[in-house]
Amino acid sequence: MTGLVQPPTSDQPMVKAEGVRKSYGLVEVLKGIDLEVRRNEVFCLIGPSGSGKSTFLRCINHLEKINGGFLSVDGELVGYRMKGDKLHELKDREVALKRRDIGMVFQRFNLFPHMTALENVIEAPVQVKKENRTDAKERAMALLERVGLADKAGNYPTQLSGGQQQRVAIARALAMKPKLMLFDEPTSALDPELVGDVLDVMRGLAEEGMTMIVVTHEMGFAREVGDALVFMDGGVVVESGHPRDVLTDPQHERTKAFLSKVL
Amino acid sequence: MNSSDRGEVTPGRHENIKAVPVRHPGRWAGALVVIVLALMLLHALIYNPAFEWNVVGDTLFDSQILHGLVVTLELTALAMVMGVLGGIILAVMRLSPNPLLSGTAWFYIWVFRGTPVLVQLVFWNFLAAIWAKLSIGIPFGPEFVSTSTNTLIPVFVAALLGLGLNEAAYMAEIVRGGLQSVDEGQTEAAHALGMSRAATLRRIVLPQAMRVIIPPTGNETISMLKTSSLASVIALEELYQAGHNIFSRTFQTIPVLIAVSIWYLLLTSILTIGQYYIERYYARGANRTLPPTPLGRLRNLFTGKPVPSGKSDVVPGLEGGGHV
Repeated sequence: MTGLVQPPTSDQPMVKAEGVRKSYGLVEVLKGIDLEVRRNEVFCLIGPSGSGKSTFLRCINHLEKINGGFLSVDGELVGYRMKGDKLHELKDREVALKRRDIGMVFQRFNLFPHMTALENVIEAPVQVKKENRTDAKERAMALLERVGLADKAGNYPTQLSGGQQQRVAIARALAMKPKLMLFDEPTSALDPELVGDVLDVMRGLAEEGMTMIVVTHEMGFAREVGDALVFMDGGVVVESGHPRDVLTDPQHERTKAFLSKVL
Repeated sequence: MNSSDRGEVTPGRHENIKAVPVRHPGRWAGALVVIVLALMLLHALIYNPAFEWNVVGDTLFDSQILHGLVVTLELTALAMVMGVLGGIILAVMRLSPNPLLSGTAWFYIWVFRGTPVLVQLVFWNFLAAIWAKLSIGIPFGPEFVSTSTNTLIPVFVAALLGLGLNEAAYMAEIVRGGLQSVDEGQTEAAHALGMSRAATLRRIVLPQAMRVIIPPTGNETISMLKTSSLASVIALEELYQAGHNIFSRTFQTIPVLIAVSIWYLLLTSILTIGQYYIERYYARGANRTLPPTPLGRLRNLFTGKPVPSGKSDVVPGLEGGGHV
């Protein structure tokens, strides 16, 4: 048990889950998830809605509290600290400190509507990391450039298309220089023709070696960019492996049934 | 019909449509009735000697009235500052996961919203009757500083406490509604970026909640301006009490009341205009184009540009603010 808390080393998995359980009241959403996400890999989570994949993703940065099992990021427990052989809940401040290193991109973008694209991107570096405003702006412009939106820096989110908003959201997460990026169905709320731009940005990130966990319905993206894939259903991992293998030659009936509908 | 007619509905379909507009005879009849009624009212106002318009004119700028006006403005402004700040603190307390904080806020709101503000005003004024002296010291132990309650709480302060503390309870509910109207995804996004609860509230949630909080706050301010006249029961010389002092001496009740009402009406009108601009400011980012200013509308009217519908297509929750 205490073996999970180790000083971070480079060959250690970025995320390690052992028997992670989560329930809302009497409804058990996660019924013991075991998985490992290695460094620099693109880890795809697929499955029908209600399978618990988004919930699991939200557990990783402690937006949801787990009820059982162990979950660690970069060798440190999420939301708890081991003291002797007892678990202690972390204070809000300590949880916030850990979230700095984990970027998250939401299905509904969740940009701050009262701030321009640029202000969205510099908000956390300035407020949380107390970065110098001028430096933060310079970096933010570079990030917006990278997602192809330098000319939209002064626009408010409502003046941007869904695809543009999502790319600003990615830039906002990257501004905190995360070691891990979580994507919660990043293209599900987008018009089909805007999906490509967002996936291109994510592909670029993958090529640079960013560790990414992606909850997605984009099987093409998973097959092309993913290094590992997990199919979840009913709160458990049904099948896992390399995306090419799972997507082309699924072993479980449930996986076959799901893939036959989405592919 | 021969085949060449097909697809050619009307010969000149690229021209603008010229049609006889729908007639509204009812409107014209209605307008006539309204004009007659207005003339009757005007006639009554001018020729009924009870209105004593010359007295109204003199009273408007009576030094006592002007002094009362200043007191009313001070009282309204300070009570609203107290109300808004107190309301924000109470709302945040009520939404806190800490049961001690949320319980305390609940109790405060329960008491202050559940008793008449008139009773509260008199209560604060008679505080000396309960505790003749107020002191700072160790609870149940020695006192360090001690003063007479009446010195510490003159009439103005009693009125301010009565109105401000009561207002805080109402504002707390308005602010709470505003905070809860902000999409939960906003808090999650801020938390995911590593922002603390306090920073999330101050930088993300509160600015967005303002759009929902401002319109009813404008109403509250206008309401407060008028409610402050209740302070006359504890003999504070505000606008109404100043008028009361005059007409209880001269017995020119009606003209003095009209003069006082003109001041109240003027002030509430100014507040309504101010509220419009504040709402416009907080609508930033909520809609693609800001509604035009009244001046802008006027300009468009004269230059013949179409007047955008403005407020009605702005933000839910913005309409209906500022009218009493």
